[in-house]
Amino acid sequence: MMDDARERERHARFSRRALVLLGGQLAVGGVLGWRLWQLQVLEGEAYLNLAEENRVNLQPVAPERGEIFDRAGRPIAVNLPNYTLKLIRERTDSTEATFARLRKLIDLTPREERIALSRLRRTRGFVPIPLKENLSWEAFSRINANAPSLPGVVPEATWTRFYPEADGLVHVVGYVAAVTDAEIERDRSNDPILRLPNARIGKNGIEKSAERNLRGAAGARRVEVNAAGREIRELSRDEGRRGDDLTLTIDLDLQRYAMERLKGESAAAVVMDVITGDIVALASTPGYDPNKFVFGISTTDWNALRADDHDPLRNKALAGAYPPGSTFKMMTALAGLETGLVGPSQSWFCGGKMRLGRRDFHCWKRGGHGSMNLKSGLKYSCDVYFYEVAKKVGIRKLAELCGRFGLGEAPEIEAPNVKAGNMPTPEWMLAARGERWSGGETLNVGIGQGAVLSTPLQLAVMTARLANGREQVSPRLIKGRNGVDVPVKPFAPLGVDPRNLAKIHDAMNAVSNEAGGTAFRSQIFDDDWRIAGKTGTAQVRRITVAERAVRVRKNEELPWHLRDHALFVAYGPVQAPRYAIGVVVEHGGSGSKAAAPVARDILLRAFFRGEPPLEAYPPWIRPEIEAARKAAEQARLSTDPAGALRGQAL
Amino acid sequence: MARYVPRPSLSAAEIPFSRKLLWLNWPLTALLAVVGGVGFLMLFSVAGGSLDPWARDQIVRFSLGFAVMILVALIDLKFWRMIALPFYLISLALLVVVEVAGVTGMGAQRWINLGVARLQPSELMKIALVMVLALYYQNLPSNRISNPLFVLPPILLAVIPAALVAKQPDLGTALLLVGGAGVVMFVAGVSWWYFAAVISAAGGAVYAVILSRGTEWQLLKDYQFRRIETFLDPSQDPLGAGYHITQSTIAIGSGGLAGKGFMQGSQTHLSFLPEAHTDFIFTTLAEEFGFVGGAGLLGLYMLIICVATIGALRIRNTFGRLLAAGVASTFFFFFAINMAMVMGLAPVVGVPLPLVSYGGTSMLTLLFGFGLLMSAQIHAEPDLRDYR
Repeated sequence: MMDDARERERHARFSRRALVLLGGQLAVGGVLGWRLWQLQVLEGEAYLNLAEENRVNLQPVAPERGEIFDRAGRPIAVNLPNYTLKLIRERTDSTEATFARLRKLIDLTPREERIALSRLRRTRGFVPIPLKENLSWEAFSRINANAPSLPGVVPEATWTRFYPEADGLVHVVGYVAAVTDAEIERDRSNDPILRLPNARIGKNGIEKSAERNLRGAAGARRVEVNAAGREIRELSRDEGRRGDDLTLTIDLDLQRYAMERLKGESAAAVVMDVITGDIVALASTPGYDPNKFVFGISTTDWNALRADDHDPLRNKALAGAYPPGSTFKMMTALAGLETGLVGPSQSWFCGGKMRLGRRDFHCWKRGGHGSMNLKSGLKYSCDVYFYEVAKKVGIRKLAELCGRFGLGEAPEIEAPNVKAGNMPTPEWMLAARGERWSGGETLNVGIGQGAVLSTPLQLAVMTARLANGREQVSPRLIKGRNGVDVPVKPFAPLGVDPRNLAKIHDAMNAVSNEAGGTAFRSQIFDDDWRIAGKTGTAQVRRITVAERAVRVRKNEELPWHLRDHALFVAYGPVQAPRYAIGVVVEHGGSGSKAAAPVARDILLRAFFRGEPPLEAYPPWIRPEIEAARKAAEQARLSTDPAGALRGQAL
Repeated sequence: MARYVPRPSLSAAEIPFSRKLLWLNWPLTALLAVVGGVGFLMLFSVAGGSLDPWARDQIVRFSLGFAVMILVALIDLKFWRMIALPFYLISLALLVVVEVAGVTGMGAQRWINLGVARLQPSELMKIALVMVLALYYQNLPSNRISNPLFVLPPILLAVIPAALVAKQPDLGTALLLVGGAGVVMFVAGVSWWYFAAVISAAGGAVYAVILSRGTEWQLLKDYQFRRIETFLDPSQDPLGAGYHITQSTIAIGSGGLAGKGFMQGSQTHLSFLPEAHTDFIFTTLAEEFGFVGGAGLLGLYMLIICVATIGALRIRNTFGRLLAAGVASTFFFFFAINMAMVMGLAPVVGVPLPLVSYGGTSMLTLLFGFGLLMSAQIHAEPDLRDYR
């Protein structure tokens, strides 16, 4: 019974408390009701007036994206007017009827209708959804003329990105395409531009790396709408801040020439100013047409790009990592001099191979070169000489020097996906492969094989620093912003003895300009414009002992994908270096045959800022050049699709 | 002395099914259905007179939730009491899981997809917390209710999930959790002094925070102060955070006494009002149906609270009545916070208008809660396992 009393007491307390609570809740309800009364009845009239005035809508305005020009101000990425149609569901009488009427005026594909319908379902009635882009001016005017019978259809003139160079510059400039949901999510700044229906964002190249500069800031327009929601007039319009115009360091003439010169190959060439670091040409062939990406690339086109064995989508100049081969030998030679371990006239005998432990390390010349010193070693590209030097210097000191020449680290350049290549060290070997460093590995590195990898850009940077001699010149792609030059950042000192560098320069000069040099055939004949270079041939396959015993197969006997990569680096003019170049022709065969002539032609073009005189070429190839020029002229006269395209764009 | 008294009790099987149906709180059921109908109407209007994209979905979800509610009500309360603790623990575990998963970047999901609706652990917790607290007080002797040692466990039961939810960050839900727990503790009979102490401490803290502005020991970041300022005076920032409130009060005020008429709300339809289908749906109602409509819905809500509370008074077991009071108050917090927010009386926190706003989770949670409340009313007999 005592329990019942407790229960009664407990129940009574609950009831008291619950009623107190209910009382409190009713009081809050009363406050809410009073507030509603205050808003709607006491001050209702005032708010009604406010609502009448409240016909001003604020809408974001997309600023024009900054345009991109070459160093001479020629257009690389421009904005063309884009006539689009948008649809606002709640202003249409019926979407079906609207579609039916539109079909009579423009050709609206079933696919476009489907996409529009699914977008309509997902968005709220007043949100304009994109219906059709890239209308012709005629179709756009037809829509405008019929506007009264097309409620809810909003014709709009916006901008679209156009790349007049098409595939010629895509690996530098990249492209823009529609913004993905993931990109909106990643955007910390909540930029309203990205949420606009036709928004585009840089996906590659400069368009991506300089997205912040190019995009600009959203503007806003205040529009007055009537009771039906139709815009009556624009009260004010703030266009926002237009994106920055960028001037690139690229010289379009030279770029076009480099692309043309490498046409048909899977290759890359980078030309760099050895004083400022300006990249005046950055070619990677084959290219692809960025304009196809702006409105979404078709599956067929995409698959064709993916299936091409020359891999157009890969930017070989920045992201293609190749064994530098003999172009690396300047590093080995310089390391020998800088450490004081190898004198400039110290010589070794090359008998075609060098024995280390139980392994033979072969020279590319089976019969051997005889006695070799620094100059002849580089000139004839004798492997054995560099095996000896590398053995003496050791991997650590070699790697340290290479670091100052930019090998093994990604160059700082205004582009996405820049590869760092590889400069192996014992620590790297242990971490990456779990193996201990062997002496043989040092020898392989000494001739630019083994685990050393570098990109064409890194080859150009290395050569530019060799030519510059004082500073660690760093590459750059952006020369100016809004017409104002961006100052060149100060470079770190190179820290190399100029006397040692002079020895290297002398040897490189011999490679190109002395009889017997591996690039002698690709020299420039004009004494004012001579270049100094180094050939390289990077082996792609492994040569077995059995094959070596019979005869090493020549490149011409191998399928394309097993042939050696051809490389060449050079700078010039030798008296006062201005440009450095790195060329890689994938599976091109030997560096002296496939890469050196390309580098010579491109550098000549850079020196003369146009077509060089025939006298600049060595006499033995002048007929060949002359014939090629005639053929090109003939072709240009009969048809000029690239020129026609450019004409239309401008 | 308090003691546990095992005595044979009336088992659920002894209440015939037909009797259960008869005892179902039909007035409450009818009121809830009417409120749901108001929701359909408003969603239809906000979509510009279309069942898509919201009204059709909402009807399906509401019907589903309604069926769940009746099913839950018919199941014996002892079953719900039995699963109260496991239910709480599971909800807590899910909260931890979504929190941890969010942190380690395995997809920052605050919900688990059930196909029909997304299940948010924080929503489950609103009901689970009320249930576990009711269970706690059922097993606590009267003389210990206000003992500090026994006041601590319920506080922990509430604060742990609330902290997890606040970290998500979902301050609105965290406040609802703490509020719901406070109500259960209050009606369970915890001494007034505790509540007085907590309220004055909270008041003191707010005062200290405001005083700290501009001093070296400033307790909030500047932007947080600006948010408070915006709440106090929305006109300061009419295009930023104050925009919602300014537009919302204009829309409500312009509705006047009788409103602009169904689907005639210019502010809503000219898209001045953001989120008109979710948190700001009351604004549309008040604009189109005026004070008559707005006060009508408020009256409906208050009536639901009254019917639920009065029903709870008749329940003769501790678990049932605490549960009923907790559910009714959670519902009250929902609509009171939402309405205060849209009328500019409270800062903007994401709390929907219960049973009217578009959205599946909170509706299902609330209907499940009302199911429990009705089950408690049907199975209102004294529970002999109660501590006396």
